[in-house]
Amino acid sequence: MRAWHFSETAYPYLPPADSYPSIRVSLPNRIYDPHKGAALYDRYIDEWLIAEDEGVEIMLNEHHQTATCVDPAAPLMLAALARLSKKARLLILGNPIANRRQPVRVAEEMAMIDVLSHGRLEAGFVRGVPYEILPANSNPVRMNERHWEALDLIVKAWTHRDGPFSHEGRFFHHRAINIWPRPYQQPHPPVWVSTTSPGGAAQVGAHGYVQATFLTGFDATRKVYDGYRRGWREAGRGHDVPIDRLAYAALVYVAQSEREAHAGAEKLLWYITSNKVPPHFANPPGYVPVAANVQILRGAENPLSAFGKRASVEGAIEAGIMFAGTPDQVMAQIKKHYDYVGGFGHLLIMGQAGFLEHEETVVGIRTFAREVYPRLKELYPDTLMSGVAAGATAAAS
Amino acid sequence: MTNNVKPVDDAVGSARVQTTTIKIAGIDLELFEAGQGPPLLWLHGGQGFHRNQEFVEPFAARRRLIVPSHPGFGKSSLPDWLDSPDDIAHVYLELLDRLDLDAVDLVGCSIGGWIAAELASKAPARVRRLVMVGPVGVKVGPADRLDIPDMFAMSQDDLSKLLFHDPARMKPDIARMSEEELTIMLRNRETLALLSWEPWMHNPKLKHRLHRIAAPALFVRGDSDGLVSADYLQGYARLLPNARTATIAAAGHAPHLEQPQAFAALALAFLDDQGAAGTAARRKQA
Repeated sequence: MRAWHFSETAYPYLPPADSYPSIRVSLPNRIYDPHKGAALYDRYIDEWLIAEDEGVEIMLNEHHQTATCVDPAAPLMLAALARLSKKARLLILGNPIANRRQPVRVAEEMAMIDVLSHGRLEAGFVRGVPYEILPANSNPVRMNERHWEALDLIVKAWTHRDGPFSHEGRFFHHRAINIWPRPYQQPHPPVWVSTTSPGGAAQVGAHGYVQATFLTGFDATRKVYDGYRRGWREAGRGHDVPIDRLAYAALVYVAQSEREAHAGAEKLLWYITSNKVPPHFANPPGYVPVAANVQILRGAENPLSAFGKRASVEGAIEAGIMFAGTPDQVMAQIKKHYDYVGGFGHLLIMGQAGFLEHEETVVGIRTFAREVYPRLKELYPDTLMSGVAAGATAAAS
Repeated sequence: MTNNVKPVDDAVGSARVQTTTIKIAGIDLELFEAGQGPPLLWLHGGQGFHRNQEFVEPFAARRRLIVPSHPGFGKSSLPDWLDSPDDIAHVYLELLDRLDLDAVDLVGCSIGGWIAAELASKAPARVRRLVMVGPVGVKVGPADRLDIPDMFAMSQDDLSKLLFHDPARMKPDIARMSEEELTIMLRNRETLALLSWEPWMHNPKLKHRLHRIAAPALFVRGDSDGLVSADYLQGYARLLPNARTATIAAAGHAPHLEQPQAFAALALAFLDDQGAAGTAARRKQA
């Protein structure tokens, strides 16, 4: 099991939520104070480096036009971290390639960071949440098709060694692709893809890439992993799926006492409760299939947005989107989740959000790293396979 | 010619609407036909066509009304390669060939107006007279302001206020719609996004082609239309050599739906006007 400290570099100093219709896309940037923002960048980078000191890996992501994540050019932050850090793996999850006009440029950025970091890049690719559509002016229809054409092209650009090649595809056109530098890692950096649908996961599994899923709780995570394992097997990769192919992102806060842990965890809930977004930003036409939109019109609700309306630490733990408490409690929560979903080899830790202050964030990182992480690594060595019966891992404990 | 056709007859008032499917360029195109007379190709707007719509009857009484569901709308298929109104205009030129129609009256509503303008600019001789209803498709205003408000970046309630003079009467009643009707409505919306997303609601090339359309043209908008402004309509009409504008009272973006009788009277009078003189006299000066 490998753990990653994930920060969205949020800007939490906002007016009352009832004074704006959306925290994303349309929130005027006059609210953003660049001086406070600079101090926040310093602080969040410090926290990543503290996580590295504690043996935890580094993860970041990219969003646009939002106070929830002020990292609209994640490769820039990653380039800084590539020089400031020394040993941690550097996961960007990810590059929103369905919204980027030039996949070849993304291939160049990632190759450059891989070289700058002497081969520590883990290159993630995401379709992007729906609120990214408008900032990118990206067509929400046929995103998945664009995503996969771009990803295949990026991998080809990384691995092609013999001078220019051309690509005349459905969405992207290049006459002469010949990137410098090429990646440090051979044949290319590990590829991660996030998805929340079983069908999408099957596609990721067929490629053998690392599959990540965010805050999908118990049942949805199991369905995504089942999809991945099915895609993996159907592509002829063998029956066994190593756990290091699967990742789960949760809100995590660990402290010595339950009271202190829940106080920190309460602040982490900002990640969910602050996400005020109207339906027309959250569900542009074409982002989800027509059949899903029919169900939404008929009254079906996104489970996560439903949760946001009655968010509590207890509820989030119960839903499997948060691991919080004392080291023993968090171990038990992770184990329960691991067994239910069939096993995963990466825990992506949303370890800072909103008004969780620097000292509190560091307590959470250190307590996890010193008192939970060693036990996780022992219980779930990377040699385990995912999708075997829950009893097998229960026996191992 | 249409050997893969399965006709279905439906009585709409006095008009009988026949539904068929015709294969054009690999697309299964849903095609409605009603009435007899000179052929009129009707290109629907973003909400699609429904054969029960009230304007069908007055038009079918005087014309052979031909209404395809655009690819990706209604029950028409959407091929992978198709992503623009320009593509659809080519499909409809082939449709005219297949129906053996040399020249037609052409009515285009909203994005159907865009398709109509694309079609007419490619083959001006095939358009006898042109009616544009709340049309989109060109950019006439400044770069720092959307000509057409971003209908996908607002709530459905706010959009209804821009679309209709009387939203309470006109907006779809979700609770009463069948699964199939909802599916068509949402698929129409998705295809509309595909076609109009970027550049937003226009083809930058189109305005440099419209001068070829010599046919008399009537540009119509409802006076409560919140998407197509009076300035936009005038600016669009000025790009054609022989166009004039008109307004329909107590109607929004779809005057043919909100005021079907008034719209039919206006449009049919224009289409029936045989003399070029009358048109020229009222024509908007460029």
